[in-house]
Formats: sequence, structure tokens, C-alpha cells
Amino acid sequence: MKSLEDLKRLQQQVKAKTSLRHAAGTQVIVGMGTCGIAAGAREVMSAILNEIAKRNLEDVTVRQTGCIGMCEKEVLVDVVRVGQPRITYGRVTAENVPTIVAEHVVNGRIVEELVVAKIEE
Amino acid sequence: MEHIRAHVLICAGTGCISSGSKRVQAALEKQLAELGLDKEVKVVETGCHGFCEMGPLVIIYPEGVFYVRVQEEDVKDIVEQHLYKGRVVERLLYKEPMSMERIPKYSDIDFYKKQMRLVLANCGHIDPEILEEYIAVGGYQALGKALTDMTPETVIAEMKTSGLRGRGGGGFPSGMKWEFTAKAKGDKKYVVCNADEGDPGAFMDRSVLEGDPHRVIEGMAICGYAIGADEGYVYVRAEYPLAIKRLRIAIKQAEEMGLLGDGILGSSFNFHIKIKEGAGAFVCGEETALLASIEGRRGMPRPRPPFPAISGLWGKPTNINNVETFANVPQIISQGGEWYASIGTERSKGTKVFALTGRINHTGLAEVPMGITMREIIFDIGGGIQNGKKFKAVQIGGPSGGCLPEELLDLSVDYDSLIQAGAMMGSGGLVVMDETTCMVDVAKFFLTFTTSESCGKCTPCREGTKRMLEILERITKGEGRIDDIALLEEMAKNIKASSLCGLGQTAPNPVLSTLKYFRHEYEAHIHDKRCPAGACADLASYQVTEACKGCGLCKKACPVDAISGELKGLHVIDQDVCIRCGACLAKCPFKAIIKG
Ligand SMILES: Cc1cc2nc3c(=O)[nH]c(=O)nc-3n(C[C@H](O)[C@H](O)[C@H](O)COP(=O)(O)O)c2cc1C
Ligand code: SF4
Ligand code: SF4
Ligand code: SF4
Ligand code: FES
Ligand code: FES
Repeated sequence: MKSLEDLKRLQQQVKAKTSLRHAAGTQVIVGMGTCGIAAGAREVMSAILNEIAKRNLEDVTVRQTGCIGMCEKEVLVDVVRVGQPRITYGRVTAENVPTIVAEHVVNGRIVEELVVAKIEE
Repeated sequence: MEHIRAHVLICAGTGCISSGSKRVQAALEKQLAELGLDKEVKVVETGCHGFCEMGPLVIIYPEGVFYVRVQEEDVKDIVEQHLYKGRVVERLLYKEPMSMERIPKYSDIDFYKKQMRLVLANCGHIDPEILEEYIAVGGYQALGKALTDMTPETVIAEMKTSGLRGRGGGGFPSGMKWEFTAKAKGDKKYVVCNADEGDPGAFMDRSVLEGDPHRVIEGMAICGYAIGADEGYVYVRAEYPLAIKRLRIAIKQAEEMGLLGDGILGSSFNFHIKIKEGAGAFVCGEETALLASIEGRRGMPRPRPPFPAISGLWGKPTNINNVETFANVPQIISQGGEWYASIGTERSKGTKVFALTGRINHTGLAEVPMGITMREIIFDIGGGIQNGKKFKAVQIGGPSGGCLPEELLDLSVDYDSLIQAGAMMGSGGLVVMDETTCMVDVAKFFLTFTTSESCGKCTPCREGTKRMLEILERITKGEGRIDDIALLEEMAKNIKASSLCGLGQTAPNPVLSTLKYFRHEYEAHIHDKRCPAGACADLASYQVTEACKGCGLCKKACPVDAISGELKGLHVIDQDVCIRCGACLAKCPFKAIIKG
């Protein structure tokens, strides 16, 4: 490295390596209860991870949660953007994932036809 | 392309490795691969979190869930339940000793709540063997800032504004020391990092070197720039192999990245760091002895002045600081001296790392702001005294420190209050003692240490500490004489006044402070031939109390037939026959036998 500028640039590049440990950003939460997994939550989760990787989104964390009592609507995926209500999508399939990520995660536009709940936090 | 959704941090500090963290890590990596989760979950080896007693520690992000005492067989649940299904494995969570509540989040645990982790900010959170992890959290920015935007004078001014005082024991203002060395005449100057850490029970320097070695390197390089040195030495004791290994890796990586070596970050500043392994004699931590040892001579102190700042390594001006002192430097430079000075007390700024040991619930490393009370450290962070026993004393400052009683628990922890109370900050060892500890015995323990570590160069230290130790031994055996206390006090005064180095000058402190606050215990030993804590084996006596039901079990257990009594009648111990083995006390089902 030849200057402080180089160092700062490198920091920006590698920041994501530890950012998970400092949280913030948008959260995508996949329901991984027993019937969630049976309904294909694992495939949906993989699709989400792929989509995020493809778009190189840095400030997004993907988490799982257990049964929240809407088992018949599985697979359930929640998206929480900082300062906005928590949106729960239901009957999500791997095919829906690119839409949810592109519209909601990236652009902040809720995909109304898949929404099953809105929770103000 | 992959997206990592979870980080699993496994502590790879000395404490956790010895409780099995490497095996846990291997099992974890294997199971992640089997479930195909290895592409989305990253395993990170970290340095010590300070909670070693609860190790091996595993922390999972983004949730920040904290698992303690994790063994190989627990890995299956962590992977299948937590990492696959997102369910916290309750039984592995930490249990608060007072409320018995299970606490999932790292940041909610009492042990961490009252701490202020600045020096230890990265310890346990980054992989110390990967430079990029340090850079990601802002590493080497302070060095870059110093080299690009600051002159050596402004760096020193910032250090002076910060009010940082040396963390190696004496508490000398670091900015002033840097300034002396900067102003000293010399074509060649050195920076030396003291990582000898000789105090029994202390391990804060080791943890910083193991958990965040780049921070120390960065601090040393900034110092080199400020004082005009192009070479630095880290003097580490050879008993710290992991610290040495990580330091080596870190130096190499920094050199490869152009953060150490010639023309750092495109400037004209050159700085090289070498490691010198010490044999681990306590006196080698004394600065002049340490310098002699680096030069390849026997590690013995020499009179000062001249101070190392004027004539140090090979006669050249040398700035020597402790590991923790250097570790404070990067954040002072990046956040400013004013910011640093806003933490702590009027005359003791910033934070201090303490190694908590002894009879408390949470032994470990704790970093606290200066000015916190001893009570907060011991009861809030340390979780109180083990087994519900009563607090008796806290020994602070290592072998040169002192013991403080219950009445002083609300004392502010800073350099000056501690000295005033007859103890000292020292390097930050904190040993908590309960009611079963005998204070004469404690003084004896520390004096035994200093006596055997005395280098022997000057008579008061070499002979005097031995004589004092003999007196203490006599007292604990019940052979103390009426004038022993006066004799101890007089010798202590003379040794302090006439010893050449800090070892002899402070060796009598544990005796003086126990005499100051626990004189009655000395008197009980000398006059009544009694050890109030029941700790001195030669003075203990066993008595049967009214609670005796006459079961006769003790009589059977006694190897010398010292106990007599009828079945169902009160038993008695013949003190002249009793050899004080304690067998009867252990046997009595009704707790009718007491030791006193
Ligand atoms: C007997 C003796 C042992 C010492 N051991 C250490 C030690 O292990 N580590 C340390 O940093 N300083 C130790 N010191 C203090 C050093 O001599 C020196 O004051 C210190 O390293 C300076 O660094 P600081 O200004 O950053 O505190 C010891 C002093 C004496 C008298
Ligand atoms: S005071 Fe003790 S350790 Fe120090 S030089 Fe004298 S004999 Fe050696
Ligand atoms: S302490 Fe030992 S020797 Fe003394 S009475 Fe008890 S069992 Fe016997
Ligand atoms: S064992 Fe205890 S209760 Fe039984 S005789 Fe001895 S002192 Fe009494
Ligand atoms: S298992 Fe998914 S909501 Fe119940
Ligand atoms: S070594 Fe793991 S917490 Fe200290």
C-alpha cells in the first residue's frame, strides 16, 4: 500500500468481512419452523443467499426464525428495512425471491400481492 | 459468488484452547460441510473474550448469541438447531449466578455490561491472524493519519492531551516520556514494548497480543514516528508461545502490506519490529534489566538516571512502554486526545484492563473506565464471591501492591487513590479473597514470590526480604514474638528506602498493607496463637459444638484417637493429642465440628 488513500479504499473493500458482527442494514428473516422447512424454506433461503450474492448487497443480513403461528402460509419470509414496518411475505417460493429482493430489499417497494402481515415495531 | 449469512466466532485464546476449543472448531467445520452450510456460514477464530472460565466460548452473529462451555458433542445442536433452523440452544446459554436466568445475548451479560472495552474492543471479535479483519474495523488508519496529516510534535501533543499514563505499573505520563525521548540527542533511537508480564495471575498483555496484535504494532509504529525511531523491539516472555506466534504473523503481514518496513504508506518513515523472547524472570520486566536482557546481557537492573529515554538500548535514546499502553495509542490518534481525556478521572484517564482472579464467580479479563469502584468490579462484573462466602480483601497491583479491606470497597480505582490507600494499580492483577483467607499467609505468599525473584544485586532486597519472610513464617507457625510487628515495620521501611530497583522498593508493600488493615490478624497469631481465618494449618484447632448428636463417626475417623465420648453423648477432642488433620470435620454428618 502506497498511501492512506489506498488503506481507506482497502478498508471499504473488506468492511463486509466483519460487518455482520456490528449489525445494522436490512434484515431478511426466513421462517425455519418444522412446517416451514417441509414447505421448502431451505430452498427459499438458498435462493435468497444467491440473489444477494449476485447483486453484491453488503448491508443485508439473513436470519432465521422459528414457528410464528401462521404455518398454513409457509414459506414465510420477513423483510425489515431500517425505520420501516416489518413486512411478512407468505407462500414464498424460490421463484418469488428475485422479485422480493429487487423490489423490496433493494428499492424499498413492498411486493403487495405476497404480503400476509405488517408489523409496526 | 457466495453470501455469508452467519459468522461463528470461536475463541482461540490460551484459556479456551486448553478447555477444548480446537476440537469444537474441527467438529463444527465438519458438520457445516456435511449439511452444505459451509458456503453460507463462516467460522472465525478469535482471541480471548476475557470470560475464559466459561470457555470454550462460541458466539454466533448476526444475532450475537453467546454459548458457553461448548463441547464437541454440543456442536450437532448448534449446527442443526441454531444455524439451520435459527433456534437458540437454551442449555448452552450462560446462566447468571445470582438470578439463575439464562442470557442469550453477549451484550446483556452482567460481566460485559459495566465494562468499557476500548483496548479490548477487537479481542474476541476479529481473527488476529488475518490483517484484513483488523483493517476492516479501522486498523492502521491512525498510523496513516499520523504519517499523512500530523507532525511528530502534534502526535506527542495529542498524547499529552489524552492524559494517558503508563499501564505497566508506575503510571508515568506517556506523552511526557515520548517527548523526553524525542528531544534526547541521538542519531539512532529505539521503541521497546514491555510484554514481560511477570505478575502472578496477570494475563492482560498476553490476551491483547494474542487477540489483537496489530493494535500493539500500530501503537509502536506511531511512537516510532513521534520520537524519531526506526526500530522497535517487543520483549515477550517465552512462556507465551501463542502470543509470540500471532505477533510474528502480524509483523509479517504488516510488512507485506507496506504498513511496516521502509517508506510506510508512501511516506519517508521507516520502522522495523523485532521480537525478543525473554526467559521469564520477574525482574526482567524492570526496564533497565529488560534492556540489558535484549542486549544479550544478564537481566539485572542498573541505577537510574540516566533514564532509558536518554540512554537506553546500546546507549541510544529508547522509549519503553507496556503492551496495554501502546494498545491505547491508535484510538487516541484516531479519535483525539480530548476524547480520550473525557473518560476516567481527573488524573487517571481512559480505561484499565484487570485480570480478576481468586474467590469470585467470574474470573477473567475486564476493562473498565478509571474511577469505577472496587465494589462494582468485584460484585457487578465479577459476579460476587464464590459459594456465598463473605468478602474479606482484594489484593491489587501484583507482588508490589497491597490488600484492601471491605471498608475501602467504594474506593475509586485510579492511580492516586490506590497509592493513598497503600496499594497500587500495578499492571492490573486483582485477586479477591474471602473470609477463609488468612492475611498473614497472603503477605507470606507475596514475599515468598519477591524473595525468590530478587536478582540479588543489592543487600537490602536480597537479605532483607528473606529476614521478613522468616518472621512471617514464624508467625504463621504460632511462634511469633511480641516485637515481631515492630520489627517487620522497621525492616519494611529500610528495604523500601535502600533498594536499587522497583522490586525491592515495593516488596514490603503487601506486608505493610496487611499490617495497616488487618493488624488484628497478626496479633491473634502472635498473642493468642490463633488463626482467625482458620487457614494456618499449625494454628487451626478443631472443636466439637453443641450440635453433636453423639453418632461416633468422628471418633472412628480420627487417626490418633484424640476424640472421646459415649454413643449419643457429646464428644470432645483432646487438643494435646489432635494432629489437626481435619478428618473428623469432613466426616461429621451434623456439621458439629468447627475449625477456628
Ligand atoms: C520488578 C519490576 C517488574 C516489572 N515488570 C513489568 C512488566 O512485567 N511489564 C511492564 O510493562 N512493566 C513492568 N515493570 C515496569 C517497567 O519497569 C516500566 O516502568 C514500564 O514497562 C514502562 O511502561 P509504561 O510507562 O507504559 O507503564 C516492572 C518494574 C519492576 C520494578
Ligand atoms: S532491589 Fe532486588 S531486584 Fe532490584 S536490583 Fe536490588 S536485589 Fe535486584
Ligand atoms: S483433626 Fe484429625 S487428629 Fe484432630 S481430632 Fe480430628 S480427626 Fe483426630
Ligand atoms: S461425627 Fe459429629 S455428631 Fe457424630 S459424634 Fe462426632 S461430632 Fe458428634
Ligand atoms: S412452522 Fe412456520 S409458522 Fe409455524
Ligand atoms: S481464552 Fe477464550 S475467553 Fe479467554
